[in-house]
Amino acid sequence: MKLESTLRARRDAGHKLVVPYVTGGLGAGWTDVVRAVAAAGADAIEVGIPFSDPVMDGRTIQEASQRALDIGATPAAIVAALGDVDIEVPLVVMTYYNPVAHAGHERFAASLAASGVDGAIVPDLPLDELDGWADAADSAGVETVLLAAPNTSDDRLRAICERSRGFVYGVALMGITGERETLARQAVEMGRRCKAATDRPVLLGVGISNSAQVAEAAAAADGVIVGSALVRRLLEGGGPEAAAAFVAELRTGLDT
Amino acid sequence: MPAPARGEHVHLDPPGPEPSARGRFGEFGGRFVPETLVPALLELEDEFRVAWASDEFRAELAALLESYAGRPTPVTECRRLSERLGVRVLLKREDLTHTGSHKINNVLGQALLTRRMGKQRVIAETGAGQHGVATATAAALFGLDCIVFMGAVDVERQALNVFRMQLLGAEVVPVTSGSATLKDAINDALRDWVATVEHTHYCIGSVVGPHPYPWIVREFQRVVGDEARRQCCELLDGADPEVVVACVGGGSNAMGTFAGFLETSARLVGVEAGGLGIESGKHGASVERGVPGVLHGARSLYLQDEDGQILEAHSISAGLDYPGVGPEHAALAADGRAEYHAATDEEALEGFRLLSVTEGIVPALEPAHAIGWLAREAGRSVPTGSTVLLTLSGRGDKDAAQVAERITGEPLP
Ligand SMILES: Cc1ncc(COP(=O)(O)O)c(C=O)c1O
Repeated sequence: MKLESTLRARRDAGHKLVVPYVTGGLGAGWTDVVRAVAAAGADAIEVGIPFSDPVMDGRTIQEASQRALDIGATPAAIVAALGDVDIEVPLVVMTYYNPVAHAGHERFAASLAASGVDGAIVPDLPLDELDGWADAADSAGVETVLLAAPNTSDDRLRAICERSRGFVYGVALMGITGERETLARQAVEMGRRCKAATDRPVLLGVGISNSAQVAEAAAAADGVIVGSALVRRLLEGGGPEAAAAFVAELRTGLDT
Repeated sequence: MPAPARGEHVHLDPPGPEPSARGRFGEFGGRFVPETLVPALLELEDEFRVAWASDEFRAELAALLESYAGRPTPVTECRRLSERLGVRVLLKREDLTHTGSHKINNVLGQALLTRRMGKQRVIAETGAGQHGVATATAAALFGLDCIVFMGAVDVERQALNVFRMQLLGAEVVPVTSGSATLKDAINDALRDWVATVEHTHYCIGSVVGPHPYPWIVREFQRVVGDEARRQCCELLDGADPEVVVACVGGGSNAMGTFAGFLETSARLVGVEAGGLGIESGKHGASVERGVPGVLHGARSLYLQDEDGQILEAHSISAGLDYPGVGPEHAALAADGRAEYHAATDEEALEGFRLLSVTEGIVPALEPAHAIGWLAREAGRSVPTGSTVLLTLSGRGDKDAAQVAERITGEPLP
């Protein structure tokens, strides 16, 4: 259980967690981006496996997914490439349920494990539909991270925190991924509620876009996930250096 | 009880069966959605269950269906078409409802639910524009704010319906992502809903989506099949038709129709979009060529590639241009209780012309697929002399310009 143990250890050492999101298969050098953000101080890295119909994603990640698919990205190739990135930082894939179901629960979980992927986030697989996948993931040693939303009831939040592995993903707003001008008013409350419900690491994500927002959100939880703001830099032509610089900037904002 | 007829009161038959636990029809269905939507789906399920069992709600819906939508719709005996095909054809005339398609049945029910839940805004997806028009209509009637998501490709080919929606006070949002058709319109509606769910109802237009939608939409559409069954009974001296046919996009008119005949021995046939031909790969035949998967919140049959990426559907008709089918249809197909076949664009155009010239009824391109299938199969898998009930889910005005252009090669002046 490397994902949770790593995140816990850092948190318990008084360190706020930064988890960048990178779209897998977005350009030939995407694994260099993964290595670069690892070196820049990411505590874990979320790698998106593109799906044709990403309903939890806004424009930026939709576009990145489509570009990756257009140049031939496949789930199997992305997972295989993760087997070769050779970094210590835990890896979590984020994808939708159909590619997982299509590959088969056991087969997909085994392929993640074989590539050294530590966790999986499947946002359209809520608690009530989790069983088939989660059993397979548990057996393969892959930690399935569950999401909690601002409108999740207290009872459900407890059950989600209980069943989640690795960390609890608190959705920081009512809505889909994408950069926002300001941190949503629900973010801090989401962090507070998750923290009250569990001892697992709690990360806030969705709509957290810059250093100031990262600092504000991280104060209410154990850390943050930053996706669209990083992926936009890649879509605009930025490479590993730009990605690393952005993650380093977020890191510095938190550590000082 | 007399058979339903124009001028008679609308009578709603008792509710049909609920899907099993967790919204399953056999192995299909379910609620595969982001956590943010779960509370709203649970609320909707509770609200619908209570409403649908309440005499007051049912009476209110029946009154709207009667005085506003113009139900009951007739069953028309097609003498000249029957002569031409050698089978007796009865049409269930959903084209005669207010707004011109069966979509109004579902929308009026969901508008009542929206009001019960105290929500002030509705969103909808639309393909052909018929569900969008129906939703915009109900929103005007109930004084609700209405946003309709429509693929940019469909905005082009259904310009008349875009204008109708705007006239009715709705905002039409063209969707440019993916294939820019119905599937993508549903994606964007879901994305909107994730952000607005606390004050917005998603008025989904077919028997698709997460539980409880496939159940709710089937129940609101079953008036089509329940009426037709009693009307057939009267026309056929107590007998049922041998074959019941309807076109299938997401499957709401077909599911509503089938619901009335599941208990009979009628052969149930859903006709999907064959596009340029199944072998061309450009079609919307999700039952015939789809495989189990999860999209738009439900496990069902979808057209997808070897990695589980959803494929684009292709059809001359925007309403059938969907790479999936409602989960209850997937279950009926798996059980063998219903069968699903495809009619190509050409066959649909043939059906469009055939019904127009033989009966003076211009069908929408969607049910024209069902007519095209029947024209092909009459005397073959539909034996000469059999009786067929076919649901004419909508009228063809919306498609006239598109068909004219296709026939003459030029846009209408
Ligand atoms: C007239 C008509 N028939 C059929 C359909 C297909 O939908 P469903 O399969 O849900 O009946 C549509 C959808 O737009 C339609 O407008």
